[in-house]
Amino acid sequence: MAKRIDVSGLDAFYGHFKAVEDVSLTVEPRSVTAFIGPSGCGKSTLLRTFNRMHEVIPGARVSGKVMLDDENLYDDGVDPVAVRRTVGMVFQRPNPFPTMSIYDNVAAGLRLNGVKNKKVLDEVVERSLKRANLWGEVHDRLGKPGSSLSGGQQQRLCIARAVAVEPQVLLMDEPCSALDPISTLAIEDLIQDLKDRYTIIIVTHNMQQAARVSDRTAFFTIAGAGKPGRLVEIGDTAEMFSRPAEKATEDYITGRFG
Amino acid sequence: MAVVTSSPPAPTKRLLESESAGRRARNRLATVLMAACLLIAMLPLIWILWTVVSRGAGLLGDSTWWTNSQRGITSRRVGGGAYHAIVGTLVMALMTAVISVPIAIGTAIYLVEYGRGRFAKLVTFMVDVLTGIPSIVAALFIYALWVTAFGFQRVSFAVSLALVLLMVPVVVRSTEEMLRLVPRDLREASYALGVPRWKTIVKVVLPTAFSGIVTGIMLGLARVMGETAPLLILGPYTSSINLNPFDGNMAALPTFINQDRNNQALDPAFDRVWAAALTLILIVMVLSVLGRLLSRFGTVKK
Amino acid sequence: MTTAATSSPPSPAATPSLISGRGTGRSGDRIFSVLTRGSGALVVVLVVLTGAFLLWKSVPSLLDDDVNFITSRVWQPAANPPAFGIAALLYTTVLSSVLALLMAVPVSVGVALFLTQCAPRRLATPLGYLVDLLAAVPSIIYGLWGAFVLGPVIAGTDSGPRRAIEDALGWIPLFSSTSVARGNVFLASVVLAIMILPIVTAISREVFLQVPRANIEAALALGATRWETIRVSVLPFGKPGVITASMLGLGRALGETIAVTIILSQPSSLEDFNFSVFYGGETFASKIANNASEFSTPQKTGAYIAAGLVLFVVTFLVNALARVFISRRGDV
Repeated sequence: MAKRIDVSGLDAFYGHFKAVEDVSLTVEPRSVTAFIGPSGCGKSTLLRTFNRMHEVIPGARVSGKVMLDDENLYDDGVDPVAVRRTVGMVFQRPNPFPTMSIYDNVAAGLRLNGVKNKKVLDEVVERSLKRANLWGEVHDRLGKPGSSLSGGQQQRLCIARAVAVEPQVLLMDEPCSALDPISTLAIEDLIQDLKDRYTIIIVTHNMQQAARVSDRTAFFTIAGAGKPGRLVEIGDTAEMFSRPAEKATEDYITGRFG
Repeated sequence: MAVVTSSPPAPTKRLLESESAGRRARNRLATVLMAACLLIAMLPLIWILWTVVSRGAGLLGDSTWWTNSQRGITSRRVGGGAYHAIVGTLVMALMTAVISVPIAIGTAIYLVEYGRGRFAKLVTFMVDVLTGIPSIVAALFIYALWVTAFGFQRVSFAVSLALVLLMVPVVVRSTEEMLRLVPRDLREASYALGVPRWKTIVKVVLPTAFSGIVTGIMLGLARVMGETAPLLILGPYTSSINLNPFDGNMAALPTFINQDRNNQALDPAFDRVWAAALTLILIVMVLSVLGRLLSRFGTVKK
Repeated sequence: MTTAATSSPPSPAATPSLISGRGTGRSGDRIFSVLTRGSGALVVVLVVLTGAFLLWKSVPSLLDDDVNFITSRVWQPAANPPAFGIAALLYTTVLSSVLALLMAVPVSVGVALFLTQCAPRRLATPLGYLVDLLAAVPSIIYGLWGAFVLGPVIAGTDSGPRRAIEDALGWIPLFSSTSVARGNVFLASVVLAIMILPIVTAISREVFLQVPRANIEAALALGATRWETIRVSVLPFGKPGVITASMLGLGRALGETIAVTIILSQPSSLEDFNFSVFYGGETFASKIANNASEFSTPQKTGAYIAAGLVLFVVTFLVNALARVFISRRGDV
């Protein structure tokens, strides 16, 4: 079910500015891959090209290929809206829909797809909240507004919302950076559970988190201010952190720069 | 594995097939409807402008339109011009501006630079109320004050007083916005040099916000020049030129238009009605456009 | 630290208190502060005086009024004893304004959504400016155009739209056919709708632009189409703002004078009353305007001032409610 991602020769632009240059990598299904690197190196930009959210910004564009199994996301005739239902995203700041209840938030994606059957919705909402490790805390107050939860709970709510539509891939853009350490650990545990079903890519600026959570890690960097970001190295997490192949990687990991 | 439910996207569905045709169609329909709303909104504007221009342009080419009054011209006779009305409109607008601008700027300065606490809240609330006062109510108030209470005659100065009530809130709000846009650093730099507060406001803040304030004034003027209700109540029409705001009737473009509006059957008169309408719209539009252009090229931008 | 180093001796001590906003004792500052405060106070006084004067000058006539001011349709202020009631005025005013609102708000919201969500940025500003231009047209010109150009097209006794409504809905008293040639409430409502469109659109646009990007992206990331994103993120957020905008538009419609005066045909006597939108009538504002020539002597004006007072109170309330609504919601 969960798909494999193959990127080849990807460039990402904001107008004339090239933010990411010539990235090629593979993400295995049902694994967690972390993107690490100094700020401004384009990891979030790259992530957003995987669900075609990058082009939402006026003037932004992409060249290159992103293959989801055997389909190119950027083929002519591919509808970005359809891509986004297959590749889900969790954002840096939790963003539950403020005017909706917890239940409605989780069900939002399904309802958009035309699912109206209450029984089906109930089932999926429960399942998604359980998968997000939130069911226990909210099962008795599903009607309360999504914004009434704490930060960590809101983020898990957003995760539940994202998995409710059964995506193949889950993209997580620094999901814990706005949260306290306890909530962070909770979400890191959650990611370990989620990887049984989904291909997960997580952008993080926290190396220890990458080391804890991911199977493979990709390290990005930029040559200098105003230059595009590029992929330096990608490999098994254990290898990357103990015996990185590139010096740049080693410098970053050991804290010599970045 | 996953519980297969009735219609969440099937994992094997190809991306090219995209989502249901129904959602796509609804999206497109919605976009079309919204664009249609824009067209519906544009239609009256174009229609009105076209009407006024096509019916009124003829007389405007005549130089007498701009130099003569209607003295001695009856409804059936062609001839005469709108000079008395144009001048009257401008004179009343000038009087209004002279009175309302200091009050409005003073109030805006108070609200931005000094206003804290309940009095400021009261003032800003009252400015809002003034924004919503119908022009006829303002006119009635001035009537009750000027004519009924003080016993004066209905003169164009009284019209200006009513227009002041209508212009002040417009200028207050736009000036406020401009003053708030002036960066705090600028004020602090002035204070740090030992410049007293009032001088900072007058010599640093106001000049920086100047073009925006002027825009607000021009937009306010554009609004009051087109107001008819105060003229009906306080400023009866005359066909001759009169520049004295305290004595006798003064003509204005709106009353000039109103004078013959029921004489549709009489071409000479009705042609003048449309020509006067075009003149009024021209003045108002020129002021509005100039005002906006000024704000785009001014120092402090929105 | 830098205290004594400046050339103007009093300033160092003065600087901290300038920033904190308390008076410095400098006469310039004090005078200026008084002046600006005075301007604010003047504004307050003007509004209060308006209400007060209107009340004061209408009370004698109200007391003399022979019929119930609120429920009677009679209007004979010059009679002895005077008899005047605003029921008919109330009906026509409210009917025309509410109809105008019903027509204007959906279109305004559509325009605002189109400009903020669909149109490319470069186009949105000039297009928005064009819509704002509708507000620059003086009301007397709306009156002229409405009565002489639009009227024959949509509201004349044999014009398409009017006939269509009369045929389809004529069994409801509100839409029954009348012999009034053109000067009917329906036409006035349409013109009023056009006049309030720019206000409602401008405020709605502002509100829709403030929808937090995060909520829009959340919807997009779930695979929502643009319309679905609008339904799920933009409209719920913007609803309070649109309501406020509508109320301000309503206030404007209620107080509009000259356009309505030119358009509506006055019924021959106010006894002759008809609920239909295809009938004429007078609003508060047009009643006053129609009789403005009588205002040369104060004696006859009491009734009209009373009508003006009602209009003042009603628009005051509508606007006050709208502002309270804004501040309740605050900036989400």
